[in-house]
Amino acid sequence: MKPPSAPPPPEDPPGVPGFRTWRGVYQFVFAFFVLCVLLLAVFSRVFA
Amino acid sequence: MNLLDWLVLLGAIVGIAAYGTWRTRHTDSLNTYLKGNHNTGWVTIGLSVMATQASTITYLSLPGQAYENGIAFIQNYFGLPLALIIVCAFFLPIYRKLGVYTAYEYLGQRFDAKTRLLGASLFLLHRGLQAGITIYAPAIILSTVLGWPLNLTILFTGLLVIIYTVTGGSAAVNLTQRWQMAVIFGGMVTAFVVLLTKLPAGAVPIAGALGKLQAVDFTPDLKQRYTLWSGILGGLFLSLSYFGTDQTQVQRYIGGAALREGRLGLMFNAMFKIPMQFCIVMLGALLFVFFQFQPDTPVFFNQTEWRRHVAGPEGARLHVIEEKHTAILADKQVKIRAWMAARESGVPGDEASARSAMLAAQKASDAVRQEARDTLRAIDPQAKIKDSDYVFITFILTQLPHGVIGLLIAVMIASALSSKAGELNALATTSTIDLWRHFRPLAAQDEARNVRNAKWFTALWGCFAIGFALFVSFAENLIEALNIVASLFYPALLGVFVVAFFLKKVGGSAVFWAALASQVFVLLLFSAGKFYPAYEIGYLWLNPIGCAACVIFSLLFQAIIGQRASPPASPMRPAT
Repeated sequence: MKPPSAPPPPEDPPGVPGFRTWRGVYQFVFAFFVLCVLLLAVFSRVFA
Repeated sequence: MNLLDWLVLLGAIVGIAAYGTWRTRHTDSLNTYLKGNHNTGWVTIGLSVMATQASTITYLSLPGQAYENGIAFIQNYFGLPLALIIVCAFFLPIYRKLGVYTAYEYLGQRFDAKTRLLGASLFLLHRGLQAGITIYAPAIILSTVLGWPLNLTILFTGLLVIIYTVTGGSAAVNLTQRWQMAVIFGGMVTAFVVLLTKLPAGAVPIAGALGKLQAVDFTPDLKQRYTLWSGILGGLFLSLSYFGTDQTQVQRYIGGAALREGRLGLMFNAMFKIPMQFCIVMLGALLFVFFQFQPDTPVFFNQTEWRRHVAGPEGARLHVIEEKHTAILADKQVKIRAWMAARESGVPGDEASARSAMLAAQKASDAVRQEARDTLRAIDPQAKIKDSDYVFITFILTQLPHGVIGLLIAVMIASALSSKAGELNALATTSTIDLWRHFRPLAAQDEARNVRNAKWFTALWGCFAIGFALFVSFAENLIEALNIVASLFYPALLGVFVVAFFLKKVGGSAVFWAALASQVFVLLLFSAGKFYPAYEIGYLWLNPIGCAACVIFSLLFQAIIGQRASPPASPMRPAT
């Protein structure tokens, strides 16, 4: 029987209110980036 | 500039440099000298990363670029947040875990000594070339408009940055960059607010109607320099190279109290970079509107160069162009006001015809500006005909009150010093750790000698940058020149790191030859575009293409070699 592999070491929490994992922080930053691009696209459409 | 301006300028610039030198004068630990204080927090790291990236060119050239071509350049930064997420998730934890001083030390541990030396050499070659540009760019513009002697300006800024960077190393760089960023933010916000108070009503729609607010371009054209696709893909690879593999940036975030501080510092940049750059390019677009309503808007913004030729034997030709420009500008003002009135009236047919008339006037205005440049070049082939870098500085000197002028000149010099300091610090660290310690392994144990050598290397690279700036004439379009040079050298380096992180079966010899082959490939591709314009592609595309070439060549060479030429050492081997 294959021995179970050791679990990866737990990650340090980001210590940012509202976020328990770094994955959550990255998702938030990514969502903010998408929002920025969308707003810029709308801005171009409205004023160009 | 009057006495108040000089007091503000020297107080901000010399004061911050003196403070940084004084506070870090006892730095004698190698770790602190190369990585900064161990208790550095994420705010300092975030500001330091931002200050190192944004040089004077960002604050001086970018508004001019937006004035000329609109705000499409913002797309260049679209890949940056994505790259920073990747750096945070993959690059930074490994650098911290291995306790390396430089990114290239990691290559030595993952592959072998020759790959580490190749990585370090590519960095030193590319960054060493850019070091001169960073110091030259603000000096040429400030000396032109303020009448300062160019060589003296280069020497003053160069020696100032050498003094505090040599004294306190990374600790001094972090400390001074925080205060320099405060000056930069304060100055730019002040300039923006003053500009807003001077704009006519409806400034944003005017800028939009005249084609300056096209921020996102969905055209899938490889030849188009800035599009959504080149920005996301090309910008992603360019930013990944810069933040993940360029020691100038790696050094800014690998220090700090914990991994968390570096990560938060990078995420701070990922969040604020696009909004910040948007404000800077908007400043340029609004400057464009502002100058449409000024009766004395120059036909050519580098007035020093223009007046020099007006006073010459061919001055009459330039006078004719000036008069033509004044007439066209007056006509354009009438057309703009007519368009605004038609827009408010709400009659679609009137609005459309008024818009056509306004655009025709804009075309005539562009044509006379081009005629001015062509005539200047015809009169003097050596004349500097790119004047967009002088748009913002013209506004600063003619429209801002005294004191604020000094503050804005301080912004330009502070941004030059902050990015220069980061570069010198990284060049010295790579020279000490990856070259000197590699060739003198026995001396590596002597910490005091390491610090002494790092200081000597800092001074040496500083003098090299000053010498380069003093004796070399650079391309006029500096911001693009910087990015083009980066796009030539970064792709192969990024390819090596991608292989290191994600292709565990590839060994040192395969990746070494693949990096050299992909570097030649990128240079050939770039040269082919220059000799045969039909095959030219936007320079941002060189980044993904060069990186992909390095990865493919690595796999190919590894398959040919058949076995690992140099098996990777344990990743936990202590850093040397």
